[in-house]
Amino acid sequence: MTLALFTALALLAIASGVLVFVVDSMARATFALLVSFLAVAAMVLLTDLLYLGAVIILMMIIEMVVMAVFMIMYMMNPAGLMPMSMFHNTRGAAVICGLLFAGLSAGIFLADWPERRGTRPEDPTLELGTALMEGHMLTMMTLGVTLFSTIVATVVLATGRGRYDRLGDRLDAGHPDDPAGGGVGR
Amino acid sequence: MTSATPFLLPVLLVAGVWFVAVLDGALADRAAGYGSGARRALSRTGREAARLLVAQRRTTLAADGLLRWAGVLALIVAAVLAAGVVPLGWEAPADLSVGVVWFNAMEVVAWAAVWLVGWGPNSALSLTGGYRFVAQGLSYELPHMFAIITAALGAGSLRMSDIVDAQADVWFAVWMPAAFAAYLLSATAMAFWGPFDAPVGRDVAGGAAGELSGVDRLLFEGGRRLLLVAAAAVAVPLFLGGGHGPWLPAWAWVLVKTLAVLALLVWVRHRLPVLRMDRWSEVSWIVLLPLTMLQALAVALVVLARGGGGQ
Repeated sequence: MTLALFTALALLAIASGVLVFVVDSMARATFALLVSFLAVAAMVLLTDLLYLGAVIILMMIIEMVVMAVFMIMYMMNPAGLMPMSMFHNTRGAAVICGLLFAGLSAGIFLADWPERRGTRPEDPTLELGTALMEGHMLTMMTLGVTLFSTIVATVVLATGRGRYDRLGDRLDAGHPDDPAGGGVGR
Repeated sequence: MTSATPFLLPVLLVAGVWFVAVLDGALADRAAGYGSGARRALSRTGREAARLLVAQRRTTLAADGLLRWAGVLALIVAAVLAAGVVPLGWEAPADLSVGVVWFNAMEVVAWAAVWLVGWGPNSALSLTGGYRFVAQGLSYELPHMFAIITAALGAGSLRMSDIVDAQADVWFAVWMPAAFAAYLLSATAMAFWGPFDAPVGRDVAGGAAGELSGVDRLLFEGGRRLLLVAAAAVAVPLFLGGGHGPWLPAWAWVLVKTLAVLALLVWVRHRLPVLRMDRWSEVSWIVLLPLTMLQALAVALVVLARGGGGQ
């Protein structure tokens, strides 16, 4: 039963992954990719990693909906409403993908996989949290701050309007000059 | 009741949708000056559903019917799956160990669903509605996550029944009022209901739902109300003590509390004007998000002071 479900989900993941390159609309490509991700999330759920599976579903849906906005915005055809093709540099891509797939598959068979020591924990979510947050707290904190500063730096570099545009050269304007009004009444 | 709950859930959800539709209609009638037409409101929901069932479906040029159908179906499926973790009484149809995260994951399906429904008809106004919902989602999602995580933090568990057990003495709504308020706001926004119905607003001719007709419209409007019912039902185990209460059995308390939350959400819809996206975004990010973070911090400190950190 589990094997049949796993196979069905694996085939769904691959088939919808292929569909991304077959369909001629950016919206369909985006959501075909989402279906592929969700099939993978369901496979994670099958291994009883409920927390990871649910989080993958959550993250992937938010991510792909935001991606849909950007993918359609940046496609070469206006608004993504016209038929388009997802193929670029087909020959090079085929070679790279083939090599990568062969390498990863070889890795599966050649790697010296560790044997399970001990039994499956009562609550894998708690174990995962402890593993991430107890011994590797410093790593996680550094990672978090690095990611956060990267986001702030990117926004600072990318924004067209800084505080001088909003509050004047001396930063003394009583009311910021914003193109869109907000709800807080600043 | 245990073995029957999975089959009972859809029935209860549809009953909830009917309750929302009738109350909504009655309030709309009162506002329009039809007087106390309770019978009119009771029968109208059925008549409207029957009308949509037999109505001919309108189509648009170069519509993407597949994506539109995917969106409409996803909305309904997600609402039912989200409601599956709500304890009806003491037991949920699916009492997952990560119930809170599961509810969150199912409820963001609405983002994809509404965007797809807006995209499908190949119409500018309905696409505008779809994009509005994405903007609304990006604004409500973080305060929403902090609100539900605060309840889980107070109980030290992501399982809905554990969260209910932790409220045997004091409801979380009492000592986490900011999280409860943020939850109610985001639950309304999630079902694009009441002051948050700009994605299907009249100013964009019905927005995401503008081009829907016949069965499609029936399912979409039903799915939206299903989501509202699911969101209201989840407020009960998270903040209102689940089945805890005197005199009545647990299932009756869950029912009464859910209907009370639903009635509040429907009433608010008729009292407040539609919020514009730009205004709501700023309020959400600048007021609501820090507020829910402070609330989570306060609850974390209380939990630590009680000695409840590790298990």
